[in-house]
Amino acid sequence: MFEIVLTLALFILTLSILISIYRLFKGPSMPDRVMALDSIGIHLISGVAILSVLFRSHAFLDIILLLGILSFIGTIAFARFIERGVVIERGNDQ
Amino acid sequence: MKTNDLILQTVTKVATFVIVLFSIHIFFAGHYTPGGGFIGGLMTSSAIILLLLAFDLKTVKAILPVNYLLLVAVGLVFAVGTGTGALFFDAPFLTHAYHYFDLPLFGHTSLHTAVLFDTGVYLVVIGVTMTIIQTIGESE
Repeated sequence: MFEIVLTLALFILTLSILISIYRLFKGPSMPDRVMALDSIGIHLISGVAILSVLFRSHAFLDIILLLGILSFIGTIAFARFIERGVVIERGNDQ
Repeated sequence: MKTNDLILQTVTKVATFVIVLFSIHIFFAGHYTPGGGFIGGLMTSSAIILLLLAFDLKTVKAILPVNYLLLVAVGLVFAVGTGTGALFFDAPFLTHAYHYFDLPLFGHTSLHTAVLFDTGVYLVVIGVTMTIIQTIGESE
């Protein structure tokens, strides 16, 4: 019973990722696509969590924090690029 | 145009310590659980990259005055030195040894020379990643 509920949750997550991918392809502006990528990252985190419960293993729990950090840094880098045109600023001399 | 980065810089000041602590944990946990020198070095360099995103290149060079090419060299010396250390004990190259010690704070702990080799990997990964990022960031 418990595994059926977890598998159902994985199916719903997959559906949600597919809707985010539609926004990724279709999104009229650049920030829409960045937000779709961020949303896909968060869905992947919950997918890893459900899979590690399903496999009865705690070997994947580090990946949750890892994906969170990488998604955060990636979204910030995209936001900097959209706002300023450069990702890393050189200095305060210009 | 003068822009204001207050929220990003404040979040970075807190999140950098969390990322560095996580990378140190994942480095030392590599013997018994998933992790190790490679992913630990990547997470440490991603903490430095977060600092680079929130501040600029000059500020981060003032915060961390590290020559990353020298860091690569020190890491390679660690890895090769751990390998040649085995030659002094009539063992083949890269033979590792371990023993159990009673440390004052940690108790009964097993110390392994593979940690020194992993430290070399950690330093090389940080050095190579940060050299690539800084070189690309500085070029016009």
